[in-house]
Amino acid sequence: MTLAGHYTYFVTILLLMVGLFVVIARSNLIKKLVGLGLFQTAVYLLYIAPGKLIGGAAPIVAEGVQVYSNPLPHVLILTAIVVGVATLALGLALVVRIKEAYGSIEEEEILQRDVDDESSANDRA
Amino acid sequence: MTNLQPTIAPDTLLTQHLPILLVIVPLLSAPLIVLLRRSFLSWLVAMIASVAAFGIAALLLQQVLASDGVIAYAIGNWEAPLGIELRVDAVNAFVAFIVALVGVFVLPYCRIGIAAEVRQEEHYLFYAMLMLCLCGLLGILLTGDAFNVFVFLEISSLATYVLIAMGRDRRALVASYQYLLMGTVGATLYVIGIGILYLQTGTLNLADMAQRLSGVGDVRATLAALAFITVGVSLKIALFPLHLWLPNAYAYSPSAVSAFLAATATKVSIYVLMRYYFTVFGAVTVFDAHNTGMILLALSLAAMFIPAVVAIFQRDVKRLLAYSSVSQIGYITLGISLGTVGGLTAAIAHLFNHALTKGALFLVLGGIVLRCGGANLDRLAGIGRTMPVAAFAFVIGGLSLIGIPGTAGFISKWYLVTAAMAEGQWWLAGAVMMSSLLAVIYVWRFVEVAYFQAPPDDHPPVGEAPLSMRVPALLMVGACVYFGLDATWSGEVATRAATALLEGWQ
Repeated sequence: MTLAGHYTYFVTILLLMVGLFVVIARSNLIKKLVGLGLFQTAVYLLYIAPGKLIGGAAPIVAEGVQVYSNPLPHVLILTAIVVGVATLALGLALVVRIKEAYGSIEEEEILQRDVDDESSANDRA
Repeated sequence: MTNLQPTIAPDTLLTQHLPILLVIVPLLSAPLIVLLRRSFLSWLVAMIASVAAFGIAALLLQQVLASDGVIAYAIGNWEAPLGIELRVDAVNAFVAFIVALVGVFVLPYCRIGIAAEVRQEEHYLFYAMLMLCLCGLLGILLTGDAFNVFVFLEISSLATYVLIAMGRDRRALVASYQYLLMGTVGATLYVIGIGILYLQTGTLNLADMAQRLSGVGDVRATLAALAFITVGVSLKIALFPLHLWLPNAYAYSPSAVSAFLAATATKVSIYVLMRYYFTVFGAVTVFDAHNTGMILLALSLAAMFIPAVVAIFQRDVKRLLAYSSVSQIGYITLGISLGTVGGLTAAIAHLFNHALTKGALFLVLGGIVLRCGGANLDRLAGIGRTMPVAAFAFVIGGLSLIGIPGTAGFISKWYLVTAAMAEGQWWLAGAVMMSSLLAVIYVWRFVEVAYFQAPPDDHPPVGEAPLSMRVPALLMVGACVYFGLDATWSGEVATRAATALLEGWQ
C-alpha cells in the first residue's frame, strides 16, 4: 500500500481530468470529442488495471497454475469500448451535419449565429 | 464448475418470461422496422410493438402487485449473481408501466405529427430509434445488474441523440451535440461509480452488492462511489444545476419526441437514483451517515424556484415547458430527499402524474405548432378562438402543472406537503406553495396570449389539429383529470412502491 503501488489510479485520474478539461475548455467541436474519448478511455484503465494480478496467468484453466487474473473487467470494458465507439461515431456524424448547417465547427461562432438569427427574427416581428 | 452450466427451464410458460419480453419486443422491432423501410409499415410495427410492451408492462405490474414481492428472472437461466438478472418489484414495474403507457399515447400521434417534421425517407429510422429508446428505458428499469444499467442507458441515450437531431431546426443539431457531451460525461461518471463498487464488493448484481456493502462498513470508497453515481445520474435527470442540456433538447426536437422524452427519460433516471439510494447503499448510509438528503434538498429547492422563474421569461412555449420540467423534477427529488415512506410516495406519485401532465402538454402543443408553424408566443396569439379545443386542453394541462385540485398535479403536491408536514418541515410546505405560484405565472402567459389577444393579421387559416394527433393528446389530458379526481389506484400503487423501495431486495 505505497503511493507507487497505486500509480495506475493516479494515471487514471490524470487522464480523466485532462479529458474533462478538453471537453469544457475547447471550443472546437472535434477537439471536444477527442477530450470525451480520452475521458472515457481513462475509465477503461480504472477497470482493467485492478483486474490484473501480478504473477497471475490469463484466465484459462491449466495445470500447475494457481493464480489467475480476473477476466470480468475485460469483458465489461469490451462492452464499454463498443459504447464509446458508437458515441464517438454519432458525435462525429453530428459535427458533419453541424458543419453543413452552420458552416463552422467552432462552438462560439455557432452560438453567435443562433443569437443573430433570433435578433433578426425579432426585428422582423 | 457444474453450476456454470445453464439448465433447461422445466416451465416455458409465456407469463414466466414477461420481464425479458418487455425488453426484447421493442428491441427486435427496431431491426424489423429498418428492413421494412416503408413509412406506414414501420409505423405499424412500432405501434404493435409498443402496444405489446404496454400489455406486458401492465401484466407485470399486476403480477407484482398480486404477489407482493420480487420477480427475479435469470436471463438464459444463468443464476445470479454470475448471470445477469432482471428484478422486478412494485417500483420498477410501476415506472415501466408509465413508460410503456406514454409510448402507446405517443405512437398514434407520430403518424401525422412526424410527417410534418421529419423527411419522408427518414421515417423508418425515426421509428427504429424510438423503439430502441423505449427498449433502453425499459431495460434500465428491469435489470438488476449495475453494468447492464449502463449499457441500456447508452442504448436509450444514443437513440435519443438521433431523435433530437431529427428536429427541423438546425439548432436541433447543436442541442443534440450538447446533450451527447453531457450525457456521455454523466454515463461515464456513473461507470466510475460502479467500477469503485465492483472493486469493493466483487459483484455487479445490485441485490448481491447491497448485501456485501452492508458488511463493508462505512469506508471512503463507498462515499466516492455514492458521489460519482449521484452526479452522473443527476446529469441524466437534469437535476438543477445539471439541467443545461434539457431546454434546447426539448425545444428543438420533433414534438412527438419532446412529449416522449419529457414523460419518460428523466423519470427513468430518477428511478436509477432511487434504486441506488435505497436498495444498494441503503437509506442509512445515504441519509444518516452522509447527509446526502440535505444536499438533495437544497438542489431540489433551487430547482423548484430558479428554472420556474426562467420559464416565465421564455418566448417559446416549448422552452417554457422544458424549464417547467426542470422545476417539476425538483418536486420529485424533494420527495426523495425526505427519505421517508411519505416522501417517496410523493416522489413516485409525482413521477406518474408529471409524466401524464407534461406528456399531455407537449402532445397538445405539437398539434398547435403544426397549425401555427411555431411555438413562439407571438404566433399563438388568439388561438383560444382559432383552436378552442387545443387551447382549452393546454389550459387543463397547465392547471395540472400548477396543482389545482381536480387535476393529477394536485394529488402529488398534496402527498408532498403532507410528507413534509409529517416531518415537521412546515416551511417546505410553504416553499411548494410559493413555487406553484410561479407555475401560475408561466401558465398564465399562455392563457393571456391565447385568449386575450387577437390573432395576428398574417395568420394562416388554422383549424384544430388532425384527429390522430388530437385524440391521443385529449386522452392524455383526460387522464390528468381522471387521476386527479380518483387517485385511489395511483396513490395505492405509489405507496406500495415506496414501501417496497424502503424494504429493499433482501
